[in-house]
Amino acid sequence: MTGEQIVFLLVALFTLGSGFMVVTTRNLVHAALWLVSTLFGVAVTYALLNAPFLAVVQVVVYIGAIAILFIFAVMLTRKDMRDQGPQMNSNWWVGALLSVLTFIGLFFLLQGWNGLSKTAADIPSGFDSISELGNALVSPTAYVLPFEVASVLLVAALVGAVYVAFNRK
Amino acid sequence: MSQWIYIGLFFIVGLIIPVGAITVAWILGPKKANPIKQSTYECGIETVGDSWIQFKAQYYIFALVFLVFDVETVFLFPWAVKLSQLGLFAVIEGIIFILILIVGLVYTWRKGMLEWV
Amino acid sequence: MSFWKDPLKVAADWLMSIFTGWGMPVVAANILIGFLGIFLLIALLMLLDIFLVWVERKVVSRFQDRIGPNRVGPFGLIQPFADIIKLIIKEDTTPGGADKVVYNIAPMLSMMSVLILWAVVPLAPRIIGVDLNIGALYIIAAGAIGTLSIIMAGWSSNNKFALIGAFRQVAVMVSFEIPMLSTLLIPTIFAGSMGLNAITEKQDIWFVFLAPLGALIFLIAAIAELGRAPFDMAEGESELVAGYNTEYSGMKFGMFYAGELLHAFTFGGFWSILFFGGYRFLGLEQVSAFLAIAVILFKAFIGYWIIMWVKYTLLRIRIDHMLGFNWKFLTPLSFTLLMVIALMNALLAGTPTLVYTLGMFLSNVVLGWIALEIARSYSRKEREKMEGMKKVVTT
Repeated sequence: MTGEQIVFLLVALFTLGSGFMVVTTRNLVHAALWLVSTLFGVAVTYALLNAPFLAVVQVVVYIGAIAILFIFAVMLTRKDMRDQGPQMNSNWWVGALLSVLTFIGLFFLLQGWNGLSKTAADIPSGFDSISELGNALVSPTAYVLPFEVASVLLVAALVGAVYVAFNRK
Repeated sequence: MSQWIYIGLFFIVGLIIPVGAITVAWILGPKKANPIKQSTYECGIETVGDSWIQFKAQYYIFALVFLVFDVETVFLFPWAVKLSQLGLFAVIEGIIFILILIVGLVYTWRKGMLEWV
Repeated sequence: MSFWKDPLKVAADWLMSIFTGWGMPVVAANILIGFLGIFLLIALLMLLDIFLVWVERKVVSRFQDRIGPNRVGPFGLIQPFADIIKLIIKEDTTPGGADKVVYNIAPMLSMMSVLILWAVVPLAPRIIGVDLNIGALYIIAAGAIGTLSIIMAGWSSNNKFALIGAFRQVAVMVSFEIPMLSTLLIPTIFAGSMGLNAITEKQDIWFVFLAPLGALIFLIAAIAELGRAPFDMAEGESELVAGYNTEYSGMKFGMFYAGELLHAFTFGGFWSILFFGGYRFLGLEQVSAFLAIAVILFKAFIGYWIIMWVKYTLLRIRIDHMLGFNWKFLTPLSFTLLMVIALMNALLAGTPTLVYTLGMFLSNVVLGWIALEIARSYSRKEREKMEGMKKVVTT
């Protein structure tokens, strides 16, 4: 096992563990904080995959904006700081059955795949991912139309937020 | 890749220092807890009511508007890096991108979403 | 001689020869050397932090026409050490009903988010913690962790005032990140890279002369990010006790306070790196690495002094005025500035340096003047409306 694989396994265990804690912890704000650590684990995974820009963007957008939005939403809608609800409802055995079946299915699907033991190919040394991204975003043969449409999508999100949040004004 | 190991080391050492300082303070300080010392502070008198208040939805709305503009600015970073080497065409594309979002900002402004009341 | 130019490499090679002489594998030796270097840097930073407490108290006292600490040691220099000893031996209380884990983690995260900022600060041409090519965004990412620690502190204290202070502070910090991000794009455009070392290398002419309005907006946004006056909603000392700090005492409070001062110094450093040339000064940095470190520390201290000057001169701004100022004035202005600079950069692309500098500078000045005129006419209208109402009332 190379060092990279060991580091990846540790990071993956951390991310999965945090994800597990998000859904099982009783306190809602604690769940939001475990979500923050899950998102941080994903950012570290991006860094391991030689995508530094995506790693930093993950922290800035997800942890710096979306996680804060989650925490605000939880604090605005809960009456008590120590609000704790029951973790399982009466149909928990259906959920357990479905997840076990999905796991068995995925396991059989991935058994024949040899990608699990391959290590990632090295990136050529002159490759600057941010320049390539910048080139791709503005060149007419690459992604300029999705770039402009993304801005329209963001304005649509703003308009939606205004409509949803400001109904009673 | 080795860069990120050093960043990780920075995180670890950056955590060790405050943890160490607070642990030293915990070891050296007296430990005489009593309920009056641990009661919540409210201008020197006993607390009145729950320690939870109905919070304004306005906080959430500002965070939402921030999210949209944050994603926009993050899109602009790769554009800015390559700007000097690409021609006027790339500049015009970026300006269109920013203008569409300024229209969105003006819309939220006119709808009154940026007031604090 | 090469020690003076490149002390880090000389020291690293020397340590490496010692460690491999002891039989350590190269990878482990590399990591150990890195760890020692990082530890040294952070230890020096904490020492600097202690010195900053003294600087802050002396400067605020001079602004307020008094002398400040002068009993403990010559010029009061030992005062911060006495403060630290007091903070360490204080009792470590946790308020009843507080969320213990989150309450204790918050000050650690706050201090950590400031210390990791120094990983990307270029101290000399070849001395930099980690030469990330996305250094500018890394600053914002570390700020995001700091924002999170403030919410954690305010919420876990089980105190109304702490919660209100934390919410307001986070709303302000988060709002002012937009002008900061868009003014961070301006040195990126000029330097063609987000890495802070590359930005410093490309500053033959300091970027403040190319984009003075950008430097000003970055300073305002940075002061709001730091949570210092005139934007210190969280510690509105006459309004909310001590904001999110209310229930903290002892070393945990010390971490918040020292972290805030170090954060202010770090942003003074970033302001000087992004707009004032960083460690470059008339070619001095080529002479010796230690001169470069001295130059950047000097510039960071000047930036920190300006931030302190603003704090102790201006009144606190009301929260709705603050947020209105950000979303209705600074954000449109900073995006307009970005568009103008991108356009001028493309139009003046091949011209000689003097024409380029003059063109950029003039476009900034014109844009700033137009923005101020719009703001002035708006405030004149508001004032006339107020006067009109007053005339009706008094007759």
